[in-house]
Amino acid sequence: MSALFVLIGISIIVAGSFLTAFLWSVGDGQYDDDYTPSIRILFDDVSAPVITGISKESLDQNKQQTANDKQ
Amino acid sequence: MQVEKFYYDNRSVKNFAFATIIWGVVGMLAGLYAALQLVFPSLNVSQYASFGRIRPLHTNAVIFAFVGNGIFMGVYYSLQRLCKARMYSDMLSKIHFWGWQLIIVAAAITLPLGYTAGKEYAELEWPIDIAITLMWVVFGWNMFGTILKRREKHLYVAIWFYIATFVTVAVLHIVNSMELPVTLFKSYSLYAGVQDALVQWWYGHNAVAFFLTTPYLGLMYYFLPKAANRPVYSYKLSIIHFWALIFLYIWAGPHHLLYTALPNWAQSLGVVFSVMLIFPSWGGMINGLLTLRGAWDKVRDDVILKFMVVAVTAYGMATFEGPLLSLKSISAISHYTDWIIAHVHVGALGWNGMLTFGILYWLIPRIFNTPLYSKKLANRHFWLGTLGIIFYAVPMYWAGFTQSAMWKQFTEAGQLKYTFLETVTYMKPFYAMRSLGGTLYLIGTLLMVYNIYKTARAGKLVANEAAEAAPLEKVYTPHKGEHWHRWIERKPVQLMVFSLVVILIGGAIEMIPTFMIKSNVPTISSVKPYTPLELQGRDIYVREGCYTCHSQMIRPFRSETERYGEYSKAGEFVYDHPFQWGSKRTGPDLAREGSGNLKKTDGWHFRHFREPSSMSEGSIMPSYAFMLKDNLDTTTTKAKINAMRTLGVPYEKGFENIANANLMEQAGRISDNLKTDSIKVSPGKEVIALIAYIQRMGTDISNQPANK
Repeated sequence: MSALFVLIGISIIVAGSFLTAFLWSVGDGQYDDDYTPSIRILFDDVSAPVITGISKESLDQNKQQTANDKQ
Repeated sequence: MQVEKFYYDNRSVKNFAFATIIWGVVGMLAGLYAALQLVFPSLNVSQYASFGRIRPLHTNAVIFAFVGNGIFMGVYYSLQRLCKARMYSDMLSKIHFWGWQLIIVAAAITLPLGYTAGKEYAELEWPIDIAITLMWVVFGWNMFGTILKRREKHLYVAIWFYIATFVTVAVLHIVNSMELPVTLFKSYSLYAGVQDALVQWWYGHNAVAFFLTTPYLGLMYYFLPKAANRPVYSYKLSIIHFWALIFLYIWAGPHHLLYTALPNWAQSLGVVFSVMLIFPSWGGMINGLLTLRGAWDKVRDDVILKFMVVAVTAYGMATFEGPLLSLKSISAISHYTDWIIAHVHVGALGWNGMLTFGILYWLIPRIFNTPLYSKKLANRHFWLGTLGIIFYAVPMYWAGFTQSAMWKQFTEAGQLKYTFLETVTYMKPFYAMRSLGGTLYLIGTLLMVYNIYKTARAGKLVANEAAEAAPLEKVYTPHKGEHWHRWIERKPVQLMVFSLVVILIGGAIEMIPTFMIKSNVPTISSVKPYTPLELQGRDIYVREGCYTCHSQMIRPFRSETERYGEYSKAGEFVYDHPFQWGSKRTGPDLAREGSGNLKKTDGWHFRHFREPSSMSEGSIMPSYAFMLKDNLDTTTTKAKINAMRTLGVPYEKGFENIANANLMEQAGRISDNLKTDSIKVSPGKEVIALIAYIQRMGTDISNQPANK
């Protein structure tokens, strides 16, 4: 049943790599703030063009183009 | 700090979205066709469209084409916004997109042609396996490149799900696809029998985990909060459940092999981890649903949220059922039945399907900068989809329980109460109802196709969406004492992950073959390698996808040993490349088809292959009449014998040169035998080889003296 040991070995390597990634993420301070990131992703809409996302101008321009295309 | 202006690439998102829709329809059509074939066997119109070839086409199309493109669509959209950066390379995006579609087309051509590796969800042959590996690397390269040039330091939890997906799928695919090519489109699995089964289900389970679950959880963590416009219920929970999930998932595979010839401790290990999995799985489900707390009024009005709520609920149900099914006592009932079909479709139609639809309805209007063409149609789609799932799942659960109860039912005299055929014909109404559920679901999807087509026509693709963000500070400030691993942390994550993958590929290719071939030693002396004719027959069995309906693994229950004979032993499968244990008994188990009470005459098999219902009235097996006409390709015999020897099968030296003579001699005997049954057939036909293989099944162990 050497396949078992191959698979366990590989699974441990994969798990080890996840563990390394976890330690890195903690050490990197990824989880120092466990609230703001959930809010931050909401801000890239047209309604908040200053932070990120489509600017009002490009949106208007786009609408203009669409209108032109239709004509 | 200077704010940088950049553009999100929406064209790739659009491409993947359209591919998702197109392949989704194709995959569902294939599924519906396969479902109808079980009700109307005459729908097996040709060898290219028989159930055994259509079913792999359905599963591959739905998993790798529909969900696969769905993953890429969602990742390309969300990753850019989460990283506040355009995808790393437009060229890589293009290669990734077209490469993946080419792989799908190659699959759609080769599977009906019968080119298959014969392992579930890993059917594609070796050249396509290599292409998948390459495209996966392109995807990873593009993704890590984007993560590296991100303008947002924090990696949102969705990105972690994508990373775990990339790493694990790469490893799984490579380890399970280890095969020795014989010809351009034929290969033998490197592993044999019980080892092959273990590797396959380690892969199979984790394909569900890391292809159908983790990437979609990542998508849920991005698109559900966006659609509801409120933050996820608990970001802390999302982090905890992510790490817990990926640590637990890779150990659960053996629960697919309970009561088989796999060592008991490995089975128990799989069960323990499967039961624990309920915690991280439900962590995700609860987090998704509670995100909508206090906003359920929105769900009433917003069709996108409706789709997502059903998706997350289906995820919760499937992941509750999963640990239950992995308990040995429940597996004893559910394994090989339609219960499992119900279970996976709650996951596929509910979780993957409904989430994909929700994302499509949310995303297409945004990248086309126009409102959705029709909310009403989307609502109709929602109800058709939801009802479709119910009409699909309920009959299949019912069928599963009934089937299992019938298989295990004894009369008062201690005899099996039902023949297998009786249990098959009893299933037909359930199969018909299931097709109805599938039809409803497909009609819903077609409504979406129309709706999205009209939406896209009304708007115009914002191929490059302008965005602004401040660049990330590049300076690393050393903090609280230098650890030995500081150097890794300063290096890009990319380097680390890629080196890991490279080491794994290299290590796997170097180590596994030598390790495995040495261990493929026979443990039961009476078990002998297949004769050349049987080997060719076995390859036909694999080609026709017989394993999609027939198992070759008798579990140690009285109900099974009474019906099929002595339970299966690990040592019986040492020459099986690939293993063909199967996972479903739409037809009976075949492990001992050539021995004991089950043995039938060559003539019976010949007539049965020509028209199954002529021998078993009410059988839903396809006719294999073409095998009576098609000649067996014997040019490959020598290469096959050589390949098998390389894999450790003890054919004598020089046997490859006389293999075809041996083959013709055995075929002649079967042909002569058929003549006595007034059947005239030339020994060179395919059916002869298949009969030889079927008659060989299970005979090795009964040749042994009774004391074992």
